Amino acid sequence: MTPLLQIDHLNVRFKGARNVHAINDLSLTLMPGETLALLGESGSGKSVTLKTLLRLLPEKRTDLTGDITFDGTDIMTLSGRSLRAYRGGDVSMVFQDPGLALDPVYTVGQQIAETVMRHKGISRADAMEVALDMLHRVRIPSAERRLRNYPHELSGGMRQRVMIALALACRPRLLLADEPTTALDATVQIQILLLMRELQREFGMGVIFVTHDIGVAVEISERIAVMYAGQIVEEGSTHDIIRDPRHPYTRGLLAANLHDVERGARLDAIPGAPPSLETRPDSCPFAPRCAFALPACRTALPPVATPGPRRRVACLRADEPLEIAHA
Amino acid sequence: MLSYFLRRLILVLPVAFGVSVVCFALVQIAPGDPLTAIMPVDATAEQQAAMRAAYGLDKPVPVQYLIWISNLLQGEMGRSIASGRPVADEVFGAVGNSLLLAAAAAVIAFPIGTFLGFLAGYFRDTLLDRAVTALSITGVSVPNYWLGIVLVIIFSVNLGWLPSMGAGPGGSQDWQWDWAHMRHLVLPAVTLAVVPIGIVARTVRALAGDILSMDFVTALYAKGLSRGDVLRHVARNAAATALSVMGLQLGYLLGGSILIETVFNWPGSGFLLSNAIFQRDLPLLQGTILVLAMFFVGMNLIVDVAQAAIDPRIKRS
Repeated sequence: MTPLLQIDHLNVRFKGARNVHAINDLSLTLMPGETLALLGESGSGKSVTLKTLLRLLPEKRTDLTGDITFDGTDIMTLSGRSLRAYRGGDVSMVFQDPGLALDPVYTVGQQIAETVMRHKGISRADAMEVALDMLHRVRIPSAERRLRNYPHELSGGMRQRVMIALALACRPRLLLADEPTTALDATVQIQILLLMRELQREFGMGVIFVTHDIGVAVEISERIAVMYAGQIVEEGSTHDIIRDPRHPYTRGLLAANLHDVERGARLDAIPGAPPSLETRPDSCPFAPRCAFALPACRTALPPVATPGPRRRVACLRADEPLEIAHA
Repeated sequence: MLSYFLRRLILVLPVAFGVSVVCFALVQIAPGDPLTAIMPVDATAEQQAAMRAAYGLDKPVPVQYLIWISNLLQGEMGRSIASGRPVADEVFGAVGNSLLLAAAAAVIAFPIGTFLGFLAGYFRDTLLDRAVTALSITGVSVPNYWLGIVLVIIFSVNLGWLPSMGAGPGGSQDWQWDWAHMRHLVLPAVTLAVVPIGIVARTVRALAGDILSMDFVTALYAKGLSRGDVLRHVARNAAATALSVMGLQLGYLLGGSILIETVFNWPGSGFLLSNAIFQRDLPLLQGTILVLAMFFVGMNLIVDVAQAAIDPRIKRS
């Protein structure tokens, strides 16, 4: 089976008053219909990766190298009409805050219909029918009325449902979700998560789900890629990552989880902060925060170990059984 | 929408009442007796009292206000003390001329200001942006009566291309849509347009810059829209605020062109107002201020309703 999406040695550098090496030698493969969670803390390059996939980064201020192939098409060289057909047609995106990502002065119906009209070349009335159908599919009650609502007239959860309806209206083969539940209330988060899982099965599309919440990642994904400092430090099936995390950073994330923590017990936070990335990392970027770092970790980039098929760990000590010392 | 319009219309009533009180009171506060301007110096006390009674000036001030306002409601604005002509004729003739000048200035200023402001906002922090900003600051800061005189020196005195005074050939008061009349409109309208060009350009620049950096613009590109489509969204988002600024500018153009009308001898409301002040022509002064103020109130009403029609977020609040 050919991969739906293949990213090879992607590098993204933002130029400006200070340079930022946001993505460093990132490679990733996604199979059709697969759901992958891109896990990492703020500034690890998750959102930049998604924006790069849709070529949404400002061209003048960004240095891009590497290859992105979507279903056999080279994405890096797309432009004009073919780029517009790709955006929103083949690959679409759900944003973090639906209150900011929807245009406040158009009704939700207009916004969904506009996308459909542009991609399918159908009439406004037909596009509105599609929009109505999509609102039903994302389980929005009294959809006919909601079609004529403006975004500010809807609750946060409703808006995110609209955003999802908008993203899926043209039946994309890949959905990019940029922390779609972060801006929502806890109860609404779960509803949206369940809805996305359901729709993923219904539509059979591939999903890249960006999150900083390992609980959400486990809930939604079949595979997890853990990002740190613009690199993927560990990748594998969700099951393997949870049961057998090899990278000390992944272990730290799992340990920092609040579930099953006894009241009053000390939380295991990862000490320190991620690097600023003003220079391209030439040694393990996690070494300064790592309890298991060896002198060799600070002098060269770690080798990539492959403990299994489609499983990799960028750590010198990936094969050693390490135990986090509890204080 | 209709209910919003009606509610907004009802709100005009107290404002209009306030405006009428202020108009009336302002003139009462002003020092000087209007009769001294029109009575002969050697008029007897009886003659003065008779004149005073004829204009109703012998009654208490609140009664004068009631008489004035009830006449006003019947469409009667009184007679000018200086010319003896009905105030309504004088005011509406002059306001018409001012409206013409203001509209001409707006037609010049709003498209140019919008275009420049949009360019600056779209190409923010570039040389073009800085050039537009410098130009608009200059436009707002240069005293426009001085600019008017400079333009007269260049285009009327030195080049002889355009007339420098009046609203028509030979001091004609009756406007006609022919080149002989329109030539007279060019210099004052251009002079008057300079300030609103600067203000509109700065407003639109800020709006366009802000809106273009919003998340939903990225989202619009992400769903595959072209640059043109995205700019249409941006324009619609900016329209409500831009229109309100333009509406208020039009109000200022109408009432605030006293200096320009004086420089160019334009027979408008500003010109009339300055004459009425110098001649202590109370009824004319009150009438002119009132009509100008009511135009401003009306302009605000139109702007509010237009804004609500464009931006769905406004109706709720």
